[in-house]
This record gives sequence, structure tokens and C-alpha cells, in this order.
Amino acid sequence: MINKLSVTSVWVLDKDQALDFYVNKLGLEKGQDFKQGAYRWLTVRVPGEAGIDISLEEPGPPAQDEATAAQLRELITKGAMGGLVFLTDDVRGLYETLKKRGVTDFTQEPTDNFYGTDMGVRDPFGNAIRILQPKKVARVATA
Amino acid sequence: MSREVEQWNRRLLRARDAMDRAYAAPLDVRAVAAVAHISEAHFIRSFRAVFGETPHRYLQRRRVERSMFLLRETDRSVTDICFDVGFTSRGTFSRTFREIVGEAPSDYRVGNGPMVMPNCFQLAATRPVAAAAVAMRSSSFGDAPAAAAP
Repeated sequence: MINKLSVTSVWVLDKDQALDFYVNKLGLEKGQDFKQGAYRWLTVRVPGEAGIDISLEEPGPPAQDEATAAQLRELITKGAMGGLVFLTDDVRGLYETLKKRGVTDFTQEPTDNFYGTDMGVRDPFGNAIRILQPKKVARVATA
Repeated sequence: MSREVEQWNRRLLRARDAMDRAYAAPLDVRAVAAVAHISEAHFIRSFRAVFGETPHRYLQRRRVERSMFLLRETDRSVTDICFDVGFTSRGTFSRTFREIVGEAPSDYRVGNGPMVMPNCFQLAATRPVAAAAVAMRSSSFGDAPAAAAP
């Protein structure tokens, strides 16, 4: 039985630029960063959540041929490659913080829904990021 | 060469995001084109090439999707919802809704109740798909002739 998510990956166009955005703007922390030959294994993660890494991956050889990598880059920048959903306990505060840090690519300002309040933002490459503050549900006593 | 395509896509995506963010506001194609720093005609042509439909049709589908949401989830009147989502005339709203969804707003409301899927997935997954011919025909925000395909 699988019991935990360990690594997921996000396609980025530039690892340094991605690291700057995800850590200095969004507020994640750097996870692992080491080089193996020409390959740089670089991850970010939610602060304190060691063991659940988001690997930042650039399309290109040797994993993909150059033509495939070019197709991937086009899809990333079209916003067609999926994305990440995070939780927070203060989505409106975070929205203000992101604006102060110079983030402008919001896809949705904080909006109330029955399940909580969420907002949307894009990373510099076009990946969608959703951030949700779940609604606090009163505990219902069970008989 | 590839880098140019990527930067171009990203600019158009930024303009598309502006429509998703401000669909309820009075938007015109010139203002959205300005987000991508390009002329109106060039914007319409490029947007269609990259996303497969005109910006006008994209915005209409966004507005109709949000109206479907409000019809399902709230008790607001059809007229209120029409203005809530950015349409300025009830006639245009009803005509556009019927064209895209296939039935009138009031009939849609009768047949559909609240959904439990998170809103962000509703936004992406339940937006009505326009017929390809319609997507290509709908040119700007109702005030410019259709641009030729590149």
C-alpha cells in the first residue's frame, strides 16, 4: 500500500528563476539542491514539510529531445501543464504579502466559497498555483 | 526562436488571466490587448492561434460559466446574474447563454442543483465548450470585424 506522497514535479523554464519565485516570493523553502554531472536536483517544499518535495524540472536533453522540450515549453507558457494547490491559514494576508513582494500574475483574488477562501496565481512560467484557506468546520459530536 | 514563442505565449496567457480575473467588469478587447502590449487586431489573431478561440468567445464562456454557477448556487434573479457576470444587456446574455449551453438560463436553473467540486476545478472543468465554428467566428468584443487567420 502506498502511504505517502514524496516528490512531485513542476516544469519550469529556468531553475534559478523558479527557486527565486517559489522561495522568495511564494514563501516555500529550498529542499534539496545538488549537482550530478550536468543535472541539478533542485526541490522546494512547504516550510517544515520535510519529505514532501516539489522538484523543479527543466525540459530538455537527456530526458527529452530538443523538439519535445520545445513543445513542453510552449505548453508550460500557455498555462496548459496543471499546477499545485497549497493550504494556508490566512489567504488574504498572504495575498497582501505576495503583492508587496511584487507578484502581479494573479488569476483570482481571494474569493469565498463554501469550502473556504481561495486565490490563484501563476508562477513566472505559466504554471497555475491555487492557495486555499479551508473553512473551519465545527466538530459535530457523534453519538 | 523557441524563446520568442514562449515569451509570446506567456504574454497572451497574462491577457487571458486578466479576463478570468476581471470578467465581471466592463472589459473591451482593446483594454485586454493592452495587457499584452499589442494592438487589438494583432491580439485577436494571436490569441486565436494560441488558444484556439477568439478572446471575445473566451470571455463569453468565462461569463457564461460564472452565470451557470450563480444559477445553480444562488437564488439571485436571472437579470441580476446577467449583470453580476459582466453582461450589459439581458438580451445579449440570454442569446449568448442559449448559444453556448443549448438552453435558456431559467431552464438551466431548473435542471441543475449545487455542485460540490472545489471552485477552482469548476472554473477550469465546467466551462462550456463552444462549437469550433462559433469559436472562430466570434471576433472581438462585438465591435470589430473578424481578423484573418495567420
